[in-house]
Amino acid sequence: MEYILIIISSVFVSNIVLAQFLGICPFIGVSNKVETSIGMTGAVTFVIVLATVITYMVYTFILIPLGIEFARTITFILIIAALVQLVEIILKKVSPTMYQALGIFLPLITTNCAVLGLAVLAVQKDMNLVQSTVFAFGNALGFGLALITFAGIREQLDLLNIPKPMRGAPIALIVAGMLALAFMGFSGIV
Amino acid sequence: MNQWKNFTKGFLKDNPILVLILGTCPTLGTTTSGINGLSMGLATTFVLLGSNVFISLLKNFIPDKVRIPAFIVVIASFVTVVELVMKAYLPDLFNTLGLFIPLIVVNCIVLGRAEAFASKNNVFSSAVDGLGMGLGFAMALFLLGTIREILGAGSVLGHKFISGDGMLVFILAPGAFIALGYMIMLANQMKKKYIKD
Repeated sequence: MEYILIIISSVFVSNIVLAQFLGICPFIGVSNKVETSIGMTGAVTFVIVLATVITYMVYTFILIPLGIEFARTITFILIIAALVQLVEIILKKVSPTMYQALGIFLPLITTNCAVLGLAVLAVQKDMNLVQSTVFAFGNALGFGLALITFAGIREQLDLLNIPKPMRGAPIALIVAGMLALAFMGFSGIV
Repeated sequence: MNQWKNFTKGFLKDNPILVLILGTCPTLGTTTSGINGLSMGLATTFVLLGSNVFISLLKNFIPDKVRIPAFIVVIASFVTVVELVMKAYLPDLFNTLGLFIPLIVVNCIVLGRAEAFASKNNVFSSAVDGLGMGLGFAMALFLLGTIREILGAGSVLGHKFISGDGMLVFILAPGAFIALGYMIMLANQMKKKYIKD
């Protein structure tokens, strides 16, 4: 039950993109088509869960015993960069089709602030390993939900006659604002 | 290269937020008031200036293949400096900005300037570029923060000019998206009108 609550609150109540402002760059940048958003969600979920688990363990078992918690940022970003590289290499060997599908998104994930943000949040929140993993998974699902919903809306937006200065980023941000308004309706359910 | 042009390009022509649309996460996340936005902008300016100077100094020593990880290490070191200094001397501000301080590492502007400018130019130009881009970023954050504060809380720089609450939605998440959307629209218009290239 506790884990279900963590998932519901991270997907709907405090959605990572629409309430916490993490991972906005891919949210605005790669959400033109539903299909690519699904690919992006897959890659991001995989990296987020793996990165959170590994950074959590490194932080608790290496950084804290050595008393070098201040090196958190630098350690975490290096782990994430190495992990993304590793995932890329493994995926290329194991499943070339999936590598083809995710190819361009993989290097972008290193600079997705959702990944580093969640890794930092997980160690700040005093959760145990299982809770952190569930927390990371729930937030990745929330990212996917926001991204795919938004991509669906943007596909329809392309068909509309939007005033010229509003095209592109401005209208995307305003639509995202409305989506965030809708998600505010979930506040208080958990 | 004309250094003045190099310095001012960050304010409108290549403004990181309003034109390049980079670094949107801290932009939306920290601009609940003008002061918060400005502090975040100045913290980023410091990191940008430091990393640009350092990377420009090291550009002949970093092998091309590992340059991105090397840049990230330099940037992360400066972010750690900001984090520790802010925690020691400005603990309140540190708590308000919270998660977004370590996240300066993954701010696309910082890595973007390292890759696009500092790794190709001399130290002085890189410093000017870092300062200009950073201050342009800070200016946009301050503007967005002030607009949200006026509409959402009815105050300017913490001084209230109405009684009661403003339109709270502008302090909350949706207002951030909507206000930034309109700001980018205005910047697009201004750029078309005043800058001819």
